Amino acid sequence: MLPVVAQNVLNAIQLGSVYALIALGYTMVYGILTMINFAHGDIFMVGAYLSLAGALFLLGLPYQLPAPLVFLGALCFSMTLTALLGVLIERLAYRPLRAAPRVSAVITALGVGLFLENFTLAMLGPEPRQFPPLIPAVVLKVGGLAVTPLQLLIIFLAAGIMVALDLLVRRTLLGMAMRAISYNRPLVPLMGVPVDRVISLTFALGSAIAAAGGLMYGLAYPVLDPYMGIRIGWWAFIAAVVGGIGNIRGAMLGGFILGLVEIFTPVFLPSSTYRDFVAFSLLLVLLIFRPTGLLGRPLFERV
Amino acid sequence: MYSLRLLMSMMAIMGLLWTAPGCGKPEVNEVRLGVNAELTGSKPAVGASCKNAAELLAAQVNQAGGVKLGDKTYQVKLFIEDNEDKAESAAAAAQKLITQNRVLAVIGPNASGNAIPAARICEDAQTPMVSPWSTNPKTTEGKKYVFRACFIDDFQGQVMAKFARDHLKAETAAVLYDVASEYNKGIAEFFKKFFEEAGGKVVAFESYTKGDMDFSSQLTKIKGANPQVLFLPNYYNEVPLQVQQARRLGLACAIIGSDSWGSEELLKLGGPDLEGSYFSTHYAPDIATEKARKFIRDYQERYGKTPDDVAALTYDAGSLLLAALAQAGAPDRQKLRDALASIREFEGVTGKMSFKGTGDPVKSAVILQIKDGRFTYHASVSP
Repeated sequence: MLPVVAQNVLNAIQLGSVYALIALGYTMVYGILTMINFAHGDIFMVGAYLSLAGALFLLGLPYQLPAPLVFLGALCFSMTLTALLGVLIERLAYRPLRAAPRVSAVITALGVGLFLENFTLAMLGPEPRQFPPLIPAVVLKVGGLAVTPLQLLIIFLAAGIMVALDLLVRRTLLGMAMRAISYNRPLVPLMGVPVDRVISLTFALGSAIAAAGGLMYGLAYPVLDPYMGIRIGWWAFIAAVVGGIGNIRGAMLGGFILGLVEIFTPVFLPSSTYRDFVAFSLLLVLLIFRPTGLLGRPLFERV
Repeated sequence: MYSLRLLMSMMAIMGLLWTAPGCGKPEVNEVRLGVNAELTGSKPAVGASCKNAAELLAAQVNQAGGVKLGDKTYQVKLFIEDNEDKAESAAAAAQKLITQNRVLAVIGPNASGNAIPAARICEDAQTPMVSPWSTNPKTTEGKKYVFRACFIDDFQGQVMAKFARDHLKAETAAVLYDVASEYNKGIAEFFKKFFEEAGGKVVAFESYTKGDMDFSSQLTKIKGANPQVLFLPNYYNEVPLQVQQARRLGLACAIIGSDSWGSEELLKLGGPDLEGSYFSTHYAPDIATEKARKFIRDYQERYGKTPDDVAALTYDAGSLLLAALAQAGAPDRQKLRDALASIREFEGVTGKMSFKGTGDPVKSAVILQIKDGRFTYHASVSP
């Protein structure tokens, strides 16, 4: 029994790492703009496709590169381009609406998401794409547990990114500016903080992290299709809200909780069909008792 | 106020213009056939094959002079609608084909989850429908206007259960299926029933929901039950993920599947993990009859690839409709339906079908094995 539970926990941490990475993007944008970027799930999808493009390009070179180099190359390529996409979306779609009612921005975000899905569908066609295996698919047996190098890579890389982001927000000047904007946006420009640039950088960071999540997800579940971002986007959004939207550590915590929900629902209930039911019920119950999420504190230290 | 009236009158004029070509005389000498296919959504390879085969058939018939009914000849005109692989869109597409395009009959949808709601629409509108690939019994059950070109899952479930018992000598089996999809659920239950009737034991019967990508907790449970064979009656876009995750968790048993595996996309997405697996399907290019070989050649010439089972069955569904039309003698929905119901024997590219007064043909299945990254013929099973 114990190995089965441990196996499930390990799988949940792997899945939760990806949810946490995407939840970070929701939470950062909310923290700084009090706006929910519903296109974020689709930005993750584009990140996954860009990782695929990068990996295929590097694998197609006449000389054979070692697999870790292909992985890193694809990661950098995808993170850079997806960051640019995030900045572009903010510049073209959200910035003109910054003074408009918040609901306009949310609807625009939904529209941007639909645009990304259908643009990808039109460009690449509806056939699902296969992600090439960059990490050797060996199964290591650790005391009854089946562990793959890929699983370890995902867990440690995601943890690394989360620690780096946490440090960035808490210890650097940029992080201080981000926290300041979320604390009081009207006042901050008076202190000489370039608000627009900080917001752009926030979108760039969030999108780049989503792209890293896309690459990991593509490696773990190697069938990509243009609609893959929808469900994952919703789950990451719930993760962000459960953890306390606007709070970075909360998003990480929420991601892991949602990973556990997804993996353990079919263990205790007859079918995985109850996954969404369990996840959304958790959200509703939590919002009744803790409207600000697990780690969220009202109007204090967001981002 | 003025502008509002102007707007309304403009809309009225536009409405007239819009309906004018439709309301006028439809081309006297054309037979309109609808195709309701999964062009986008989660199994686009199915829709593409269906569309390709239908267009091939229409082009061949028209090139040969069209359909002769009485003293008139008719050209076949296809109306192709995308059902997005969604039940509600499949019903809407059927409705549109029937009322707006006023087709004589509809080919498709292919996936049972789409074919069942579309069949209800066609039945209510008294329009004949032939599904190429929907194997769930519910598609035609209790309907007079709905037919199909493939065997049904009672039979397919039995074929795979027997195969697992007799050929693979499995005592225990596990099933992982999509509980939200009619096809997967139906065949999973038939497999379980027949496997247990044949003296085997189903030790794990696990489900998931369309769109899931992570099956690790179900597979962990299945691994704990230690089955000798794993049955995955799921579509080609999900099976590779399931097989990969099963192997990664260290599940080493034989894996078998059903006709939903039949697309070439399965091999592209699945790679070496699928090597050695078996599945049941409708036809095997390796053992093609003369008629099938001609079809395969024509299809390859036009599209540059080997037709899969959906393409072959769509070709058969269309041919069946045209044979019934010739017998009916006039492009009339009621006469066409009566002619379809009166057909007893039909020789298609997927083999011989015999009808016993229902919309379901009795025909044999083949079992293919994935060997060296190809679908290879393994055995035929007659009902």
